[in-house]
Formats: sequence, C-alpha cells, structure tokens
Amino acid sequence: MSGPLLDIRNIETYYGPVMAIRGVSLTVEEGEIVAVLGANGAGKTTLLKTASGALDCRKGQVIFEGNEIQCREPDWVARQGIAHVPEGREVFPLLTVTENLMMGAYCRTDREDIQKDLETVYGYFPALKELGSSLAAFLSGGQQQMLAIGRGFMSRPKLLLLDEPSLGLSPMLVSEIFETISRLNREQNISILLVEQNAHIALQVSSRGYVMEVGGMVMDDDSDKLLESEDIKEFYLGKKDEGARGLRRWKKKKTWR
Amino acid sequence: MLPIEDVVRLGFIGVSQGCAYGLIALGFVLIYKATEVVNFAHGEFMMFGGFAVLTFSEGFGLGFWPGLIVACLAMGTAGYLVDSLIMRRIIGQSQASIFILTVAFGFILRSAAGMIWGWSPLSLDTPFDGETTLAGVTLGTDRLAIIATTAVLCTALYMFFGRSRTGIAMQASSQNQLAAYYMGIPVRRLVSLVWAIAAIIATVAGAVMAPVTQLETNVGFIGIKALAGAIVGGFGSIPGTLLGCMLIGVIEPFADYFFPAIKGVSAYIVMLVVLFIRPEGLIVQTYRKKV
Repeated sequence: MSGPLLDIRNIETYYGPVMAIRGVSLTVEEGEIVAVLGANGAGKTTLLKTASGALDCRKGQVIFEGNEIQCREPDWVARQGIAHVPEGREVFPLLTVTENLMMGAYCRTDREDIQKDLETVYGYFPALKELGSSLAAFLSGGQQQMLAIGRGFMSRPKLLLLDEPSLGLSPMLVSEIFETISRLNREQNISILLVEQNAHIALQVSSRGYVMEVGGMVMDDDSDKLLESEDIKEFYLGKKDEGARGLRRWKKKKTWR
Repeated sequence: MLPIEDVVRLGFIGVSQGCAYGLIALGFVLIYKATEVVNFAHGEFMMFGGFAVLTFSEGFGLGFWPGLIVACLAMGTAGYLVDSLIMRRIIGQSQASIFILTVAFGFILRSAAGMIWGWSPLSLDTPFDGETTLAGVTLGTDRLAIIATTAVLCTALYMFFGRSRTGIAMQASSQNQLAAYYMGIPVRRLVSLVWAIAAIIATVAGAVMAPVTQLETNVGFIGIKALAGAIVGGFGSIPGTLLGCMLIGVIEPFADYFFPAIKGVSAYIVMLVVLFIRPEGLIVQTYRKKV
C-alpha cells in the first residue's frame, strides 16, 4: 500500500454552529508515532473524535489505508483497525478488568490469539494482572489509564488514537505510561496518533509533531526540531531565556501569528 | 388474628404476585439501563404478548407451548423493530417527548388489541390449571407457574448478562456508550436486542399471568405497580428491582385483607414510604468516577 496509513485532509468539524476545527490536515505513516500538541480548547480531542467517527466533519476527508472513512459510525471505524483510547480513560466501571480487556477484543473471533494478547497486555502492565477480577471503578487513575490503553490494544489495531494519556497522573506514572506507549509502537508495530498537553514527553516518544491552536494547525515538524524550536520551548515547555529586563512572556509574539 | 393457613395462603399469593411484578419490571429496567428510556408501554407489551400467545396457540391451533414460542419470536421481532424504527430516532430529545411517545404507544397498543381481540376478557388455556398440594398446603398451579417462570428467567438472564460475550457487551454499552462504540461494539443493534429481550419477557409474563388476570386490554396497567416495585428497589439494579417487587407483592394481599377500603393502593403507599426514607431505593448501584 502506498501513501500514509492515516491521511486527514482539510477537515472542518462543528459543534452545532460553532466551528471547532477549521481546515486541519495531518498524516500518520505506518509504524510512526505522531504527536499533536496544543492548549485547552485547541481542538485536539475534536480532531481525534472526527478521525474515529464519534463526530462527523462537514468538509474534508479522513483517509485510512486509502479508503475514506469520515462520517461513518464509530463502531464501523473501530472494526477497520482504529482503536480510540478516549480522554479520561472511560473504562467500563462495573465490569472487571479482564472483562474490560475482553470488550476491547469484541470484534475478534480468534480465541487463542485473544488469550495470547491478554497475556501480552498483562506483560506490559503487570499491575493489571493482579487486579484481573476487580471492578474497573475501583482502580486508581493510573491503573485505569493502563486498562484503557490495554483495552485499545486488545483489538489489535493498526492505528491507536491516544487522547491525553498523561491526564491527571503523577510524573513517574506518566513516564512509565509513555515508555509502554513507545514499546507498543516498536514491539507490536502499532502506529500511534497521540494528543497531549505534556509537550515535553510527547515530543520525546514521537517522530513528528503538530501544534494546534484555536482549531487550526500552526506548526508541524520533526519532533526533535520542535523540541529545539524557540516557540515550543517558550509556550509549551515553559523554558525561557533571560532577556535584558526579563522579557515578559505575554508580551512576546508567537512567530506564527 | 389470622389462622396460620391463611397467612401461608396470602403469603404465597403475595410471593407469586411479587414474581409477576418482577417479571414485568425486568423489562422496564432492562430498557432503562440500555437507553435511559422508561418504556411506559411495557405493560401493554405484556398484554399484547398474552393475546399473541392466545392467537398462535388457539387461533392457529398450535397448542400452548409452540404457540408461546412463536408468540415470543413475533413479539421479540416487534420489540426490535419498535426500537430500530421508532425509539432510536427520538433518543437525545427531551425526556418529556420520550415519555409522551411511550405513553401514546401504550394507548395505541391497547386500542389495537381491543380492535383485534375485542374489549371483553378472554381466557387462555394453559397447562397450569388446577391445584397442587405441597407439604400439606394446597396451592394454585397457575401461581406456582409464575414463581417458577420468574426463577428460570432470572437465572437465564443472569447467566446471559454475566457470562456471554453479547451480554457483557450490553452491560458495557449501558455503562459507557461512547467507549463501547470505540471498541467496535454495534451499540445500536444491541440496544434493539435489549428491546427484543424485554418484549419476549413481557410475552412470557403475559402468558403465565393469563390464568390469574384473564386476557383483556387493561391488564397492562399492572405495569404501573411493577414500575412502583422497580422504583422501590432502586431503578436500575436488577436484584433491587426483584426485591422491591417482592416487597410490594407480599404486602399487597395482606393490606387488601386488613384494609379492604383501600384495596390496591398499598403498592403506592410502600413506594411513597420507601421514597421518603431512602430516596435512592433499597439497593443502589453507585460508584464515583475518578478523575
């Protein structure tokens, strides 16, 4: 197959009359981790929801493996090989950990492979193994995040959409989770589209990054270049050079405006 | 005071009545859990189901059991279609419109049943006539059948929702619909299937209730008492619903015996009392979402 795995072309998505993203394009190549950065309300989650079919775009195309998938039902999109791990975990609270994971494999029929993948998930997240029969509602935030990622993996997706996996987790857990994310990418050959506010860690695991602001893409580059870029450093990584009189942050203009 | 045989007899009637309410309430709760819609036409589903059994088993001469099975299939299909053609389109509208829609649907079913089968009570021949003597107490077979049916159906549903892939997926869809979509679970089809299951349970309830209540267009109003039972039990939890219905069912014959002046009101009194003391119902399924 030629062309990128996921090709988002110029999509516009609305919440009622409000335009949430205005003409956003993005590609994910096979085997790649792509990060989308941006502040609250930049439209990152909307972008993922449009890709997975939870929201319909009014214009533009979402092309997955060469086929247009925009405006289809989310369950259909999931069956094409896109697993969406939503923001805030969204595990099934009154199902056990194992049942949650098995729901990830709902569309698969290969029983033996499912069992093997269940073991793989427990290998990546040993903490989940001991919790197998407890209800997901009683898990800690970090365990729920692991469960959500593991559940996404259980569908054996070609593309994993991860929405804010670092949300509400301690710094140590964040680096643990991101370590696993990049292992999933390397060892299981799953391409990943990652939406994050934690720009630093997202750029470390990804190969390319996009920056969104108020519904549009404002930058895209290789992740290591973005890590070096002055704007990113200042506005997303919180580093600043001491100016003559300490240049005030809010007075400096971003180069893209 | 009451002689002991009468206590046993009234208690038995109460238990069977509670089981009957429970059977009907199961349908309310299943649909509510799947879609957050309270289907006020559910009692009419039961009434219609009873008539359907009559038509298939006696009208078409299939006999009771084959007629029951065919009626279940027909009503199940009808339940599936009610959701996929009508209810699915109104999800997301205000609760008031959904309420009015289901109530209106009940009226339509009642009138349709009246036009098809007439307005006077009919009787359905079931294999549950006569009396059975258990441990020296003579009990109505029809009422025993209600209890047995409830036990069998509850066990079957418990196994289905707890063990089968489809059943667990139904639970998942009811707990977090969007996440279920993300898993590739065909949520809409499962919701329609829940409607089908509820309609089938209603049909079975209609058939086993027929010897006790007769078949007539107004038996559906028993659904209101079942709803009261479900509310007492904490709407949304199946064990709670059964417990609530059992409570209402058992209290009813004793209340009617001692206070004949307010016959039939006890269910609502129990509901009010429980709502005053425990507004969330007897058994509550709660968890708090962690952020």
